Amino acid sequence: MDRRVEDQLRELAPQVLGALVRRFGHFDACEDAVQEALLAAATQWPADGRPDNPRSWLITVASRRLTDQLRSDSARRRREDLDAVRDVPFTSLVADPADDRPPSADDTLTLLFLCCHPALSAASQLALTLRAVGGLTTAEIAMAFLVPEPTMGQRISRAKQSIKAASAPFALPPADERDDRLRVVLHVLYLIFNEGYTTSSGPRLHRADLTAEAIRLTRQVHRLLPDDGEVAGLLALMLLTDAHRAARTRADGALIPLAEQDRGLWDAAMTAEGTALITEALAHAAIGPYQLQAAIAAVHNEAASAADTDWVQILALYELLERMTPNPMIALNRAVAVAEVHGPEAALDVIAALDGDERINTHHRLEAARGHFLEMAGRHDAARDAFRRAARRTTSIPERRYLEGRAAQQTSM
Amino acid sequence: MKYMLLIYGNEALWSSFSQEDFQQTIAETDAQLAELAKSGELVGAYGVGDQVLAKQVHVDNGVPAVTDGPYIETKEYLGSFTIVDVDSLDRAIEIAAKNPFARFGQVEVRPLMHEAAVDV
Repeated sequence: MDRRVEDQLRELAPQVLGALVRRFGHFDACEDAVQEALLAAATQWPADGRPDNPRSWLITVASRRLTDQLRSDSARRRREDLDAVRDVPFTSLVADPADDRPPSADDTLTLLFLCCHPALSAASQLALTLRAVGGLTTAEIAMAFLVPEPTMGQRISRAKQSIKAASAPFALPPADERDDRLRVVLHVLYLIFNEGYTTSSGPRLHRADLTAEAIRLTRQVHRLLPDDGEVAGLLALMLLTDAHRAARTRADGALIPLAEQDRGLWDAAMTAEGTALITEALAHAAIGPYQLQAAIAAVHNEAASAADTDWVQILALYELLERMTPNPMIALNRAVAVAEVHGPEAALDVIAALDGDERINTHHRLEAARGHFLEMAGRHDAARDAFRRAARRTTSIPERRYLEGRAAQQTSM
Repeated sequence: MKYMLLIYGNEALWSSFSQEDFQQTIAETDAQLAELAKSGELVGAYGVGDQVLAKQVHVDNGVPAVTDGPYIETKEYLGSFTIVDVDSLDRAIEIAAKNPFARFGQVEVRPLMHEAAVDV
């Protein structure tokens, strides 16, 4: 499909869905109808030309699909139960389906809150967000998550059932819940980004689209909530991370650690945008974990070489982050900064405290970090053992290959 | 996260079931798979043909040599496998524990390798 048509459809998808749900209720049926309208547009527009008012066209087609659907459901119910009271007001459904209200940007935000409803599992939140807000088809989402299409179809329809069961209204959450609910939305966007970013190399190019999609959606949220520092922080974090994309893998898909990446391949425009966003947010908004992570990424990105990295500042940022959200993975990352500032023995002391923590003591990253610090300390035999333990514990094929390589290097030293 | 649940058994175990018990176990398995399909967690489930149907392939100097078997009656062999995509290892273990064959033998839970990698 024409890239511009596709972009426009994806942009319009949540607006059209919002307009339909406002008019008719029935979030689940509306969502199906919008998908059908998007598919119709994807086949008809390139052939017949784009309509003058694409949004009205989509709303009209989706409304027609919806009324057909509701009518046939209602007719079936009547056949099944002759005493059933007719509960669908037909006249209101067929009246002027074109919605000429200006597109409500808030609808996109309301939809995001709905798709990231706390009653849904994380997997369902991701899938429904990509379909209802992102305008992706079930087949595209299934391909991105490497599961069969019926599996993803079930996940989406179950997500919609959960929303129905929770009687979640199509409205922004009340003020006292809004912050907590926004954190869930941001977490879902972060997971979508990671899902794409961590697999953006090699032949699975379609997965890179998840990264672009997460950035696009986060940009929308940032446009709607420009004063929220964490939204800006998350967008900055995504841009500053994605800036490394071209440099983080070799042609054969092998991973290149940050310190060895060719910084000339980093995307300067993304770095500039991300750095400006985080600088602005840190100056004006309440500080939060995404902003701190973005600030750390910005310090890495501004270093002309790995040796120029301002580790003292990174260590201070990790200390702040750990105080704000104490968890062993952050402690592990802090240990990497400790190694650069205070040396490997101090870092080994930091991670020794994690050996008793069940949340991380079987995680491959603990052993990989230990291997790295032991190598820095010149203890190559112990480093080799740690890298081997790490290699056996990861389920990631590129990480396993990388860690086996690090283990092998220890014997040749 | 995707996990593979491997159900092992041996001749003695498979033949110890009465016809009714076996039917009952299959019905329980089908019900569990239907539930997993409905929750959007099922990636695939397959029964594996009996080991009398197994072929061993070995290439020696570029020449494939194919042999039947093995028929070691007492040795445990793969009977079926199920692949699920779930939120956590705990959930995969919960699914394994509900598999009826977990009552008669072992269900092995193994994570599937994937291409995703965080920055190293």
